[in-house]
Amino acid sequence: MRLTNIFNNKSDLLSVYFTAGFPELNSTISVLEALENAGVDFVEVGMPFSDPVADGPTIQGSSTHALNNGISLKLLFEQLEEAKKRVSFPLILMGYFNPILKFGVERFVERCVECDIQGVILPDMPYEIYDEKYRHIFEKRGVFPIFLITPQTTDERIKLLDENSSLFLYMVSSSSVTGKSSGNNMQQLAYFKRVAEMKLKSPVMTGFGISDNKSFKRVCGYTNGAIIGSAYVSAIKNSVDIESDTLSFVKRIRG
Amino acid sequence: MIYPDSKGFYGEFGGAFIPEMLLPNIERLKSCYNEILSSDGYKQKLSSLLNDYAGRPTPLYEASNLSSFYNTNVWLKREDLNHTGSHKINNTIGQILLAKELGRTRIIAETGAGQHGVATATVAALMNMECVVYMGEVDIERQAPNVARMKMLGAEVRPAVSGSRTLKDATNEALRDWINNPTDTFYIIGSVVGPHPYPDIVTRLQSVIGIEIEEHFRLKTGKDYPDYVLSCVGGGSNAAGSFFPFINNDNVTLLGAEAAGLGEKSGKTAASMACGDKGVIHGSFTYLMQNDDGQITEPYSLSAGLDYPGVGPLHSFLKVSNRAQYIPVSDKEALDAALQLTRLEGIVPALESAHALALLNKREFLHGENVVITVSGRGDKDMQTYMREFNL
Repeated sequence: MRLTNIFNNKSDLLSVYFTAGFPELNSTISVLEALENAGVDFVEVGMPFSDPVADGPTIQGSSTHALNNGISLKLLFEQLEEAKKRVSFPLILMGYFNPILKFGVERFVERCVECDIQGVILPDMPYEIYDEKYRHIFEKRGVFPIFLITPQTTDERIKLLDENSSLFLYMVSSSSVTGKSSGNNMQQLAYFKRVAEMKLKSPVMTGFGISDNKSFKRVCGYTNGAIIGSAYVSAIKNSVDIESDTLSFVKRIRG
Repeated sequence: MIYPDSKGFYGEFGGAFIPEMLLPNIERLKSCYNEILSSDGYKQKLSSLLNDYAGRPTPLYEASNLSSFYNTNVWLKREDLNHTGSHKINNTIGQILLAKELGRTRIIAETGAGQHGVATATVAALMNMECVVYMGEVDIERQAPNVARMKMLGAEVRPAVSGSRTLKDATNEALRDWINNPTDTFYIIGSVVGPHPYPDIVTRLQSVIGIEIEEHFRLKTGKDYPDYVLSCVGGGSNAAGSFFPFINNDNVTLLGAEAAGLGEKSGKTAASMACGDKGVIHGSFTYLMQNDDGQITEPYSLSAGLDYPGVGPLHSFLKVSNRAQYIPVSDKEALDAALQLTRLEGIVPALESAHALALLNKREFLHGENVVITVSGRGDKDMQTYMREFNL
């Protein structure tokens, strides 16, 4: 299934982030199967990095853990090739730029294509650098970046990012790193409304600070759905049965 | 003199590889720092504080005993005589004035050995601003006196508990704090690292070192420039400041001392340019230490101030364009140089600065040549290390 079909056919989408190679090096595939069986719409596979500046303690911890398990980009792509045979929902990758630079940007994009990866979220590659240096490499192979917008992003910039998005926009719910509970305040509401009223061409998914049914429902009222990361990473951290823990986690979120 | 292009690049190095959450802050800074830094009001406040508070200008001292030993003319730029004990104060005074111009009320900083943290806590106390300093948990244990100094100055010292719990992790925590507090907070970065425009801001604030070198050297010798300028390089702020006015003058040889730790091939090193390769760290494309998978690795140097896995993008540019040469100096060579300076001139240098002094043994300097070495800081903070290493 392609991502664009999902956006056209469904609302209240639930996307889950998890860190590749966590909790065990070879959990990647079983986690993906569990997420698909639990009815998650699409998944962000986190590529662990030693210095994840946009992430809070939960995802930092899972990244360090996964790196200690021995995960690498090379190994992750091998896992994703195997996963391609076992799951059919769309996968995107999320991670920081340095490991990709080291791997080789062209080789990275090539491997994405081979593994059916449709999009990438690279928080520390701003639009301008993408546009000037890397756009041609990604576009040529049909792999697309997903840009972030925040409460501080101006309307003008949101429009620019919207026009240059092929998949969706990632709306960061509040000014914070991942895993901080997002307050139910007027300021946030005004931001959600402001973005909703812009009538963007791209679908919008909300992430950062979504951890339960209440916060999920709330953002679904304004956008196409929600992305949950830290709460899920915590839920499987010490899991002995990932399949059933994932199922109950997703049930709890969807309500 | 050297400035980055409008996007913050020195050649291929630099830029601003930052999450969207930091963009408004960085854009705001980018759009106004040039104007503020060159305004008369700002320049006046800065120079008055540098002179009357920090104790500038610092002397350019002709070290005659060292000169006799090496049979050349050695001049020491005495940044160790600054308030708080190092060149770091030049930058923190400049940045806190910038923070005030921008209407910010809360200051954050990262620190490794604690020198930049102390210099930041000092100016925050002076300006009566709230100050949080991030410091790796491991460094907090190693640098207790500086932690106490920061606390006495009224700063809150927050431990960075992620990753390797040292300087790079403290920098990550400071960046996260800035993401979480986008409107009231100013991040005072301690070196010529990080996203544009920080490398340019810090270079310009530290350029007072080089400008004074040029001026004092002319006054004392009647010559327009020295033959060599030598500095240590961790992130590279005192080197950037010392080199700055001489960059376009090819008659001046610029040498930087990187911390080789136990040796370039030992795997225990912080020599990012000699041993690392290109990548992105803390928002900047530059030389850094990483493994084959692009994960940033933990550097090692006996000197905590040089213990950083990256280097300012300006230095990466000066290296690849062959304008400056960067030479690895081991722990042992730095210790020998520290003892030598102490015995010959009665100056106990910081271990960082001792790396620059060790370059005297790494190159042949001729009789009659003039060699300026920046002594970036004093050795008080390193006494425990010296006591252990020299059995004092």
